[in-house]
Order: sequence, then C-alpha cells, then structure tokens
Amino acid sequence: MSADLLSYGAFFLTMALTYAVICLGLNVQWGQTGLFNVGIAGFVAIGAYASALLTTPDDAVRFGGFGLPIIVGWIGGALVTGLVSFLIGALTIRLRADYLAIATFGVAVVVQLAALNLEGITGGPFGIGFIPRPFADYAGNPLVFGLANLGVLVVIVLLLYLMLERLARSPWGRVLRAIREDEQAALALGKSATRFRLQAFAIGGGIMGLAGAVQAHFIGFIAPDNYVPMLTFQVWAMLIVGGSGNNKGAILGAVLVWGIWAMSAAAVSGLFPPGQQARAAALQIVMIGVALCAILLLRPRGLLGEERVVSRHIGARDDGSKDGQTSDAKNS
Amino acid sequence: MQPAADIAHNLAASPLEARGVVKVFGGLRAVDGMSLALRPGELLGLIGPNGAGKTTLFNLLAGSLKPSSGAILIEGRDMTSAGPEARIANGVGRTFQIPRPFAEMTVLENVLTGGQHQSGERAWLNIVRPGRVAAEERAAVEKARALLDFVTLSKLEDEPARVLSGGQRKLLELARILMADPKTILLDEPAAGVNPSLLEFIIERVLELNARGTSILLIEHNMEMVARLCSRVVVMAAGSYLTEGAPDDIARDPAVVDAYLGGVA
Repeated sequence: MSADLLSYGAFFLTMALTYAVICLGLNVQWGQTGLFNVGIAGFVAIGAYASALLTTPDDAVRFGGFGLPIIVGWIGGALVTGLVSFLIGALTIRLRADYLAIATFGVAVVVQLAALNLEGITGGPFGIGFIPRPFADYAGNPLVFGLANLGVLVVIVLLLYLMLERLARSPWGRVLRAIREDEQAALALGKSATRFRLQAFAIGGGIMGLAGAVQAHFIGFIAPDNYVPMLTFQVWAMLIVGGSGNNKGAILGAVLVWGIWAMSAAAVSGLFPPGQQARAAALQIVMIGVALCAILLLRPRGLLGEERVVSRHIGARDDGSKDGQTSDAKNS
Repeated sequence: MQPAADIAHNLAASPLEARGVVKVFGGLRAVDGMSLALRPGELLGLIGPNGAGKTTLFNLLAGSLKPSSGAILIEGRDMTSAGPEARIANGVGRTFQIPRPFAEMTVLENVLTGGQHQSGERAWLNIVRPGRVAAEERAAVEKARALLDFVTLSKLEDEPARVLSGGQRKLLELARILMADPKTILLDEPAAGVNPSLLEFIIERVLELNARGTSILLIEHNMEMVARLCSRVVVMAAGSYLTEGAPDDIARDPAVVDAYLGGVA
C-alpha cells in the first residue's frame, strides 16, 4: 500500500517537474526579458513531436520514425524548438508586448492545427503512440520505474536550474535586465535590444521544447489535444504563483499548481457521479483561478519574488574605500 | 590665414560630423540643413535658444533619430542609417539630458553594463568558457570601480541606482559611458538641474577627460559653463547654423543676442 502511494508520489512529482522545465523556459522569456509568450503550448508541442518522430520505430503510414535513442530525441526536440523559436522571434520580436502575445498565440493555434491535420507526419488526431519510455525494462515494477523516471527529471531540472542561474548572474543576464529597465539607455551603451531579446526567446523556446520532449517520453503517447491553450494557462499560473523572475519560484510554482490540479482532479472524481464528471472537471480550472487570485492579492510578486540578481563575479572591494570619507557627490 | 595646427585638424577625419542634416517632424523642420564638425580632441560647445533644434541634432548624432536627409559621419565613415547601438561600437558615446540609470540594478552593475566586447554577454560562452568570462569580468569590475572612484560614487556601488540624487545620476551616466572607452562623448546639458558645488565637480571631470584626449560635444544652456569649458562654440538658431566663435565673441555677437531675444526682427 505504501509502495503504491510512493509510486504515485513519484509519478506526480515527475509530471510536476516536466512542468517545472516549461516554467523555467517561460521565466527566461517573461521573468528575465519581459517577452509575453502566450503560445507556450505550441512550443511544447514542437519539442514533443520532434522527439517522437526521432525516436519511434519506423511507421509505414507516416513520416519517420527514425528509432534513435531517447537522449537524441530530447536534444533534437530542444534544438528544433529553439530554432523554430528563433525564426518566429526574428519575425515578431520587434512587436510591442501585447502584439507579441497575439502573434505567439497564433503560432500555438497553427501548431496545434498542423498537428491535427498533417496526418502523414503527426498521425493526425490520433497522435503518435509507442514513444519509447526511459527505463521501460522496469515498467513491471511501478515503484522502481517511477523513481527512476523521477531521478531523470530531478537531474534535468537541477542542471537547467544551475545553467539558468549562471546565465542570470552573467553579463548576459545583466544586459537582459538593463534592456528590461531602460531600452534606450541600453542601446546607447551598444546593447542591441533586439538581438538579446531574440536570444532569450530562442533559449526559452528551446527549454519548452525539451520539456515537451521529456513529457512525451514519460507518458509514451502524444496527441494534438495535449497542446491546447489550457497548457499555456497552467504554465502562466505556475510562474505567477511561484514568482516571476525567480528560477526557484518557477520550480516551486510548477509543483504547487500541479498539486492543486491533481488534487482537484481526484476530488472531482470522488465527489461527482460519473455522468457529471466531465462537466465538473471545469472546477479544476476554477481552483487554479482561485489560487491565482489569492496569490495576486496576498503576494503579488509570487511566493518567491524576484531576487536581486548580481553578477557572480563581483567580489567585495579590498581597498577599504567604502569606509572612507563621504564623497562630494553624496554630500551634494 | 589659418594657423598650421588648424589646417592639420581639418585634414584629420572629424570624430563626429553632421553634413547638411535635416529632420522634419510633420510640418516642422526641427533641424534644417545643419552642418557641424567636431575636431579631434576638441571640446566643442553647441548653444542656441530653446527650440533651436539642439536636442534633435543631438539625437541625430547619437543615432536615436534618423535624419530626413543629410549625413552623419564618424571618423569619415557614413553612419547615417546605423542605429544608436552602432555609435558606441564606433567610439561615440552619449549621456542623456535627463539621466537614465538602470534603476533596480546596483551602481556598480550600471557601470559594468557599459563594457564593450565582453565574452560574458554571449550566452553560450558562460557555459563553455566560464574561466575566460570570469577573468574578463574581474578586470571589468576593477575598471568599473576605478571609474566610480573618478566620479566619487564608490561608496554607493552596492546601492540600487534609484536611490541616487539627480546630480549623482549624471555622474553615474558619465562613469557608465566611460566604461565603453569612447573616443568621443556627446554631453547633453550636464549642468541642468545640478547644484553649484556638484556642477563645479562635473566641470573638472569634463576638463580632465578632454585633457586625456577625448573629443567632447557639449550641448548646454549654461553660458558660464560653456565659456569655461569650450574654446569654440557653435550657435544654432531655427534649426540651422547661425555662427561660431570663441565664447566671449559669441556672447557679444548681435545676431546671437537677437536670436536669444526672440527672433531676427
């Protein structure tokens, strides 16, 4: 019994951590750079489909698959999505925030419709099945299987977190903050706002693609219905709840909101008769909405607000000048 | 007859030049065929009554506006259609009339942002070449601290820039652009809204920079400051060139007095 609970816990956390990866990608775009991406689902879908095509066995009725190792699929999914994000960004990044939102939303709709209709590549509405799962040999033992998958996700999230923290505290991250604060001043210092925004958009998109790829292999099956605007809404809720601009917040928010989502799903199936459950599922969205309202009212900057990020290379001064006399400028 | 030194100046490419620049806003010709050439190592003053088009010309020179016609040259290279971010890459830096610090970043980080050609500004080098990035950043921090000493803001290096007073913000902007090692600096009214003791300090710093060989174009209302800093002053009126000369002669020039007192009647 406790093994069941433990393996459910592992499943839950694994799933939550795949969302944490998406959330980290959004944090690069929105939290650090202020790019309003409302098409998250589309970028996640691109990564998922790219990885599925790369890794599934050859299929007579559709393009691919190429039967490549899972890790190739993950890296491929991230790179393809990063490249697509770069191309989309090259067209749209000059748009003002609200228009960028509309453009990215459009991209997500296009991706979903393409997945639905390009049957020769994506399998159409039935999607792609038999996506190889990591540690499939252990699938007979749910606990071992669940913990092994969780281990992989923990490593991915940890590596991403360390990489993104390093970037945030690097001169690159500093330029992003400068552009976010005052684009004109950053331009006058030779920082091409467009170039840096485009980089952040592509990196964030690539991370979302990686998340899509990992999620696809974890579930083993993808279909266009997985990549609807609901996913975008969930990820935004996660980042806002956790704390935009804070990588720890992005991870925490993902776990919490996914927890609310999973628990409310359990509550709906427990409290309502089967005939009403489809309708009652809308209550899940209500729960997320309530959580969002509560956070915005009580902690508008999220559970973990944005921390002051300073270059990791700045050490303390050693010449003691800080203890010296007050400067002329300060007196004035 | 021109002295030999002047002829040599004229032969060397100007660090910053405007040739017949026009800027039209709707029906208004804010800058109307203005020409101006900064000489290497010079501290040139640009004055003119309100509405003469000084700030528009400044923005054209800094690249934040594109001229309707005419050309902007940096050391003889045509930069007319290049954006503001291309100016500093070619050695021309600017300050803003109303300072624009990165308010939530620390004073030290503000200055660090002025650095050019930093490996750490390339995202992937932070992952694949962390040692090189760290070494460059340490050198940058050292240089930024020296610049903060120069403008006496050292003790505030860890404070967010938003706590600085108006005058301190001007100093921070100066340090920030100096971080980029500009050969030429455009100063937009450094004296505006600054108290007298700090103004004195800013004047000293500007003179010291110029003495080190930095060419400076100063736009200023404060005639006293212009007279103390500049040996040559260009006067702009109604969007175009009116006259130029030594500050004392300019102050007595009837055409200049007329322009300041409300038009050529």
